[in-house]
Amino acid sequence: MSERRPGTNYLNVSYGIRSWLFTVDHKRIALLYLGSVTLMFLLGTVFAGLVRLELLTPAGDLFSADSYNKIFTMHGIVMVFFFLIPGIPAVLGNFLIPMMVGARDLAFPRLNLLSWYLYTIGALFTLFNIVIGGVDTGWTFYTPYSSAWTTTNIVPVALGIFITGFSSILTGLNFIVTIHTMRAPGLTWFRLPLFVWAHYAMSIVVILGTPVIAITIVLLALERVFKLGFFDPALGGDPVLFQHFFWFYSHPAVYIMILPAMGVISEIIACFSRKRVFGYSFVAASSLAIALLGFLVWGHHMFVSGQSVFAGLVFSVLSFMVAIPSAVKVFNWTATLYKGSISFDTPMLYVFGFLGLFTIGGLTGLMLACLGIDVHVHDTYFIVAHFHYIMVGGTVMAYLGGLHFWWPKITGRMYPEWWGRLSALIVFVGFNLTFLPQFIVGYLGMPRRYHAYPDEFQVFNVMSSAGASILGVGYLIPLFYFAWSMRYGKKAPDNPFQATGLEWTTPSPPPTENFPVTPVVTEEAYAYEKMPIPAGGARAV
Amino acid sequence: MPSDAAAHAVHAHHFEDAAQQRHAVTLGMWTFLVTEILFFGGLFLAYSIYRWSFPAAFAAASHHLDIVLGTVNTAVLICSSLTMAMAVHSAQMGGRKSLIAYLVLTIILGTAFLGIKAVEYAHKFEEHLVPGATFRLPPEPKGAGHVVDHDQAVAAGVPSMEYPEPEELARHAQIYFSLYFAMTGMHALHMVIGLGLLGWLVLGARRGRFAPGLDAPVEIVGLYWHFVDIVWIFLFPLLYLIGRHK
Repeated sequence: MSERRPGTNYLNVSYGIRSWLFTVDHKRIALLYLGSVTLMFLLGTVFAGLVRLELLTPAGDLFSADSYNKIFTMHGIVMVFFFLIPGIPAVLGNFLIPMMVGARDLAFPRLNLLSWYLYTIGALFTLFNIVIGGVDTGWTFYTPYSSAWTTTNIVPVALGIFITGFSSILTGLNFIVTIHTMRAPGLTWFRLPLFVWAHYAMSIVVILGTPVIAITIVLLALERVFKLGFFDPALGGDPVLFQHFFWFYSHPAVYIMILPAMGVISEIIACFSRKRVFGYSFVAASSLAIALLGFLVWGHHMFVSGQSVFAGLVFSVLSFMVAIPSAVKVFNWTATLYKGSISFDTPMLYVFGFLGLFTIGGLTGLMLACLGIDVHVHDTYFIVAHFHYIMVGGTVMAYLGGLHFWWPKITGRMYPEWWGRLSALIVFVGFNLTFLPQFIVGYLGMPRRYHAYPDEFQVFNVMSSAGASILGVGYLIPLFYFAWSMRYGKKAPDNPFQATGLEWTTPSPPPTENFPVTPVVTEEAYAYEKMPIPAGGARAV
Repeated sequence: MPSDAAAHAVHAHHFEDAAQQRHAVTLGMWTFLVTEILFFGGLFLAYSIYRWSFPAAFAAASHHLDIVLGTVNTAVLICSSLTMAMAVHSAQMGGRKSLIAYLVLTIILGTAFLGIKAVEYAHKFEEHLVPGATFRLPPEPKGAGHVVDHDQAVAAGVPSMEYPEPEELARHAQIYFSLYFAMTGMHALHMVIGLGLLGWLVLGARRGRFAPGLDAPVEIVGLYWHFVDIVWIFLFPLLYLIGRHK
């Protein structure tokens, strides 16, 4: 610490590719993740674009059914396992959690680097599979099709996901231990920022859920390679067991995606309405409640799988209950906005986008938790629209909002505010144009995963594809101006938004050890009544 | 208490002191073991479901495991847990020679376990008890006095789940052996990783890396080793003992 020269930060403390690939600094690892995650996001977007292109016309004229199956499968796998799940925790969580708790690094810095390498190796396995021909099972790998019938490359993809699972376990483990053991003096549990609470809850879900998908993938691979019977009815096994295992992880995985997003929203909404988060302890506890209830609802994916009606009823009731802590959050955010000094800067625009889209996604989730409605719309575009509203409308809006909010801290540069607002608007419009028509066309009966459809559905599909292209533009604009701002953006002050939180008390970009002196915390989070109101928010800088 | 020694111990730069580091390392290992429980939990769940669905096949198939070798192996593994506990104790007390001795003893016992396991696997291959095209279940398992003719049982109104036809019995017994290989194989893999960690500890101990207050690596490897033992303590009765009547 003592030999640190003034003006040295984590970005310029050392140069060269080796100093990045062998770094144990959580901030540099966060940037490594930012690069990988962005690449995977672009890849997933390309597959999504191909899907929407095929569905522009009712006939299956652009791709064969086989190719189409492979394209939507890769879209699902890349987006779920390599973008949505690691996205916010690996980039923003990695960068911010040690700083928010006043620590010099995560508890296990080398494990953190290892988890990036595991992520990269897992991603390479999946990419390798695309090169050698793809997978056509859908991202859910339902047996016995995946274990006994398909001739595509299940094993490399399964291996890729297995390895990436370890990456996410290590990240979750690191967060839990860091939050437990490395908080700065005075930083009690109920002084923690809600971002930290959200990541703590998410880590619990990761720790308890990911090993189950790991063993499921092992069993699937054993059945496929060695013909050990677990899920194949021809061998005496039970394909429904696979679905239980799969959804025991993959339903909580939605909360792995959305909990960190909710953490981001709490931070931004307090800052840009200049108020304490209303009902702080309820928002914190609701994260844990979501983590707990999230493990009790997997059976709602299996209402038509042949499970008993009693199981269906129980899972239906439990699924309704998840709405309670989610609603607690949304209502508390709304109450935070009430009589706040709201400024409509880019991060806040993304928050408003999040609130609208997440609410629509949540309310349609309640519809799907009803047994009767679910049987009607099962495996239709209604489902597709619902989970895109939650997972993309929720997670991606929060990810982009958070990236803008902490961009000055990460890079030491401001992003162009006007362009930021424009892209937030385009993303919101494009998103709704893409997925609202899918609710309608799904309710009318268009099944998912088909590359051809009856003519009467075309108008909705054309709207959806048009929306997808607008959405694509909305995603590309930040890519360009973020890259631009790293070199040409205005220099950012330590705390451009006058936000509370330890991460804003250190220079932008921070030094390697985060804080010149270990901070001591003397008050609760979000003491915005003591902060000056910045005139015009980010525009003023 | 090693707190006095801990105050002088070297700790990684991002920790405030050695006590904090020790706390973090131990909590990290316990958290990791939670993930391991869930990992094996999937296997145990699959076992429970199929045992409940096919009780007759599971009872018949369990008679084909070698209970003598299984029992010996259980004893070997429990002994290795004892030597591991002694190794942790030696590290806390600063006994370098006894630490190395106990670690080596643990390695020997662990290797013996894997050796016996390999013998058992070889027997299963010879007896065609490995699931696949060559699988066959001997019709009259020795000591299974409860197997009744399927047709007689159906005529007497007993559910066919309990007295299935021979082909069905064989098909379901394959699931038993699938689970047997998956569960014991996964356990053996964890043993191999554990042996690697023990070897790493021996190298460290020879360089004098572990002193009182600096014994956290020994302690967390010990936790891991005990965990792997405990998994076996569940596997042994489930696979070898339940369903065996004579």
